[in-house]
Amino acid sequence: MRKIKEFIIEKLILLCGIASIFFVVLIFLFLLKEGLAVFKTVSPFHFLCGKNWYPISEPAQLGILPLILGSLLVTFGAAIISVPIGVACAVYIAEIAPVKIKEALKSGIELLAAIPSVVLGFIGMVTLVPWVKNVFNLPTGLTALSGSIMLAFMAMPTIVSIAEDALYSIPKTYKEGALALGATQWQAIWRVMLPAASSGILAAVMLGIGRVIGETMAVMMITGNAAVIPQSILAPVRTLTATIAAEMGEAVVGSEHYFALFAIGIVLFIISFAINVTADLALHRRQE
Amino acid sequence: MLKKIFIILSVIMFLRPAFAAIQKNSIQIKGSDTMVNLGQAWAEKYMEKNAGDFVAITGGGSGTGFSSLISNTCDIAMSSRNIKEKEIALAKQKGINPDEIKVALDGLAVVVNPANPVNRLTTDQLAGIFTGKIINWKDVGGQEKKIVILSREVNSGTHVYFKEHVLRRNDPNSKEEFSPAALLLSSSQAIADEVAGNPAAVGYYGMGYISSGQKAIAVAKDEKSGYVAPTIENVISGKYPISRPLFLYTNGRGEGLVKKFIDFCLSEEGQAIVLKTDFVPISR
Repeated sequence: MRKIKEFIIEKLILLCGIASIFFVVLIFLFLLKEGLAVFKTVSPFHFLCGKNWYPISEPAQLGILPLILGSLLVTFGAAIISVPIGVACAVYIAEIAPVKIKEALKSGIELLAAIPSVVLGFIGMVTLVPWVKNVFNLPTGLTALSGSIMLAFMAMPTIVSIAEDALYSIPKTYKEGALALGATQWQAIWRVMLPAASSGILAAVMLGIGRVIGETMAVMMITGNAAVIPQSILAPVRTLTATIAAEMGEAVVGSEHYFALFAIGIVLFIISFAINVTADLALHRRQE
Repeated sequence: MLKKIFIILSVIMFLRPAFAAIQKNSIQIKGSDTMVNLGQAWAEKYMEKNAGDFVAITGGGSGTGFSSLISNTCDIAMSSRNIKEKEIALAKQKGINPDEIKVALDGLAVVVNPANPVNRLTTDQLAGIFTGKIINWKDVGGQEKKIVILSREVNSGTHVYFKEHVLRRNDPNSKEEFSPAALLLSSSQAIADEVAGNPAAVGYYGMGYISSGQKAIAVAKDEKSGYVAPTIENVISGKYPISRPLFLYTNGRGEGLVKKFIDFCLSEEGQAIVLKTDFVPISR
């Protein structure tokens, strides 16, 4: 009886695992089916490198280069802000903080992950945007920088918790050995712990970036949504995700615009897939 | 046992709204963001008078309204533009017959921050500003300041109307587009907020959204014809150059609750609400 039960449970778990892979494949196939139709009207080159995005004009101009660059710029900015802070925070939690502070910090950071992005976007809109406008004396505060700062908040929980895990999983003996050889606490962290955990930290960073590039609501609210190739981080940009979210209501099923939005989905899928694979490879290297 | 009963009960509770929807005493209205407040006001008054009927209003833009009418996820679509040929063809394919009912008029106000010294513009200047040919306020009589263009998203009927009637001057062959540097904001309220806080911004929206934080610009067809402010009188008389009709679309001639609601909107009482929400009643 017990064996049968165990057998059934095992198979159920296997089924769940297979199902999730199956769903990913189905989603990708659906994306391909809907998205590739756009290339009947516009060549892949013009789609990826076109500089004008006027999807509802006659004839429609479907160039997503400004959107790709907008997404990359915002993501890059967010990474620059969140990676150093996130990694430093992870080091502090894993190595330095006394137990009480450690617990408080950990739950605080988990709480940060629980704030819905639309709330962060709204807070950003009323506090961050006017601040950016005044500090840099800009015509408008709806810029890539505002988006980057807000997204850095969202990437932080991912980066901190995974980097902390990576540091935690380094055998205690490494650090003890370093300390026994006369290294200071700082030297042990900088020269021994961080290099030993580097592949895990890299994975944390990549996953954080993956979170940022897929984020929609907050960027839609505070980056200004101007589909122009960004000249600086203080200019308004439009991201791939915000474009899909803002325009999917209008796109009539089966129209050129609809297919184009799905093609943007493919581009996003490929980007996040690449990021995830890189993160996976980094994690894998650690385990060998 | 008790636990089981509890679960069954909660499932029934959960399903109840689904059953309620089958008896048709509720209608879904979707579409134009410009008309959301108006629709809401209509719905509230209507439900007050007809207890038991339920009218739900959602925004999202005129395009959203049409696509949900076509996919049969709403009963009435609100729209601030006419339905396109393409959309009619698509609706027919799905066995839906869009029927147009004009319910109100709207003046499209061009707004700037009250601190901006510019008070009046010609449509030529407006076209120049929004296409990105005029980039500094000093070229239209203002301060030395870069113009920040605010526009609605492309699924907005207001966006399409503004492009066709101001940027392209009603010329179907014109290729004018909004400047790519224009910030596309997701709602009229977002435009109102940004204009209120930004002395260099210029935006446009339905007259109903004007408040003390924004200043409406007087517009002239050309320099000779004189500048006209967006007021209710000027829209009714046709003097204000950028005004447009607002529509409700139904699948065929609506029946039952749909018809009752539309009759209410067109009634004297309904049109009084139009005026109260700062839109312009249709003259009959």
